[in-house]
Amino acid sequence: MNYDVHKIRSYFPVLKQEVYGKPLIYFDNAASTQKPVQVLMALERLQNDYYGNIHRAAHYMADKATEEFEAVRDKVQQFINAESREEIIFTKGTTESANLVAASFGEQFLKPGSEIIVSEMEHHSNIVPWQINALRKGAKIVKLPVSESGELQTGLLPELISSKTKLIAVAHVSNVLGTVNPVAQIIETAHKRNVPVFVDGAQAVQHIPVDVQELDADFYAFSAHKMYGTNGVGVLYGKRKWLEQMPPYQGGGEMIAEVSFEKTTFSEIPFKFEAGTPNITGVIAFGAAIDLLQETGVENISAWEQELLTYATSQLKAMEGLRIYGEAPKKSGVISFNIAGIHPFDLGALLDKTGVAVRTGHHCADPLMKHYDIPGTVRASFGMYNTKEEIDRFMQALKKVVQMLA
Amino acid sequence: MTIEEVQQDIIEEFGVYQDWMDKYGYLIELGNELEPLDPKDKNDQNLIKGCQSRVWLVAEKENGQIHFRGESDAVIVKGLVALLLRVLSGRTPKEIMESSLHFIDDLGLKQHLSPTRANGLLAMVKQIRLYAVAYDRLEK
Repeated sequence: MNYDVHKIRSYFPVLKQEVYGKPLIYFDNAASTQKPVQVLMALERLQNDYYGNIHRAAHYMADKATEEFEAVRDKVQQFINAESREEIIFTKGTTESANLVAASFGEQFLKPGSEIIVSEMEHHSNIVPWQINALRKGAKIVKLPVSESGELQTGLLPELISSKTKLIAVAHVSNVLGTVNPVAQIIETAHKRNVPVFVDGAQAVQHIPVDVQELDADFYAFSAHKMYGTNGVGVLYGKRKWLEQMPPYQGGGEMIAEVSFEKTTFSEIPFKFEAGTPNITGVIAFGAAIDLLQETGVENISAWEQELLTYATSQLKAMEGLRIYGEAPKKSGVISFNIAGIHPFDLGALLDKTGVAVRTGHHCADPLMKHYDIPGTVRASFGMYNTKEEIDRFMQALKKVVQMLA
Repeated sequence: MTIEEVQQDIIEEFGVYQDWMDKYGYLIELGNELEPLDPKDKNDQNLIKGCQSRVWLVAEKENGQIHFRGESDAVIVKGLVALLLRVLSGRTPKEIMESSLHFIDDLGLKQHLSPTRANGLLAMVKQIRLYAVAYDRLEK
């Protein structure tokens, strides 16, 4: 396979460092990814050369910053193939995107007795916003359950959808199990009953090519910091027909047309949903991250990460007492596991001291942990810069650590 | 021995380990040696819930001193619990209230006391102090 991982690694100087005297192996990419020099340089360039507040003043600095900021909106539109740039809203992250839809869509469309279907494998950020707003409106959350292999039981969906169903919230890729959910099929089923679908794409866009029009998603959310950009920037894609019907989420500057104390009129989309000064530097640097993903090709990254996944999975499976959570046929580069008789926290704490960064705990997915009746898992998650050599060293470290704990 | 002296002792014991893995190896040893709690004491009332692992803490007062027993489901945390009990159990409320706990920091294990997403240890230290304050009030 013609994937130059060493060239890609050269963009990430942070990966060359040692931690606790051992070479760093960063396998916590599902939590957040490292930033390439392209992103760091974009941040620096903006601060040094043309920083100004966007969309407001008529001076050089502001104009230049506005131009760059809006160019990123175009890049995002192309990246996920949205129909128009106005359907791209910048937020603080996937969590804020979910809260925006939950509050604003909820305000407009939820009534007492309404139902929102939420999958059992969701991250808390795609559960709690719906709960909060359901409570506010007297609506109810209905669970779409997960099977033992970590797949959504989508066959139940036609029964779960009723005339009360107002929306379905589902992750494209599970942050714990790595399962790639059949969102296109879920959306098709939902649309037959005129129910819109909110897709949490935080674990998807950096790993698999996403086309929101092909999926026919009503809403699609993701975060820059999981796709090699900075933290504090996220995207909400929403179909124009929904965004135009939804009331503003927050009030402030930028989102208004005219303000008087008697009456305020609001801007058009996307600005209606972008109150206040956004994360200008973060968004512009995000543009550099998208460029890197596009140049490398998400389909190439996807194929590389699949190789890593297969390679690591087969080695892990050979270990005694090891259980992998999430063995769906379609998976992204995320492996959650436990070893019989060993607490995941102990594994993670010791792996850390060998230079391996993995995540341990419940991964903000308590309902899923309850489903498997476990306190948590160890999760290794791969990114575009990881290598098979790193997996070899991870396996050596894991074996050593297990010996210490056994 | 005072609380300070026990802390110094622990720091000295760990001083022989240069490598992180050896340090943790010793913590694991301490964790494995910690006397397990009676299953009936591992109840919700004694549970200190952490995001990563769980800790149970039982306090009993005898002759003016508070005796603590504790356990965790993770062995490294158990090792840290063993150390905390060695420092703080069998003390008067006043001793506990006036103590400054620094050995975990000195050993380079501070990450295990981070306030969020932690393992219940920080909450355990707080709980020990709360017991001390409560018993102190009861005496007055």
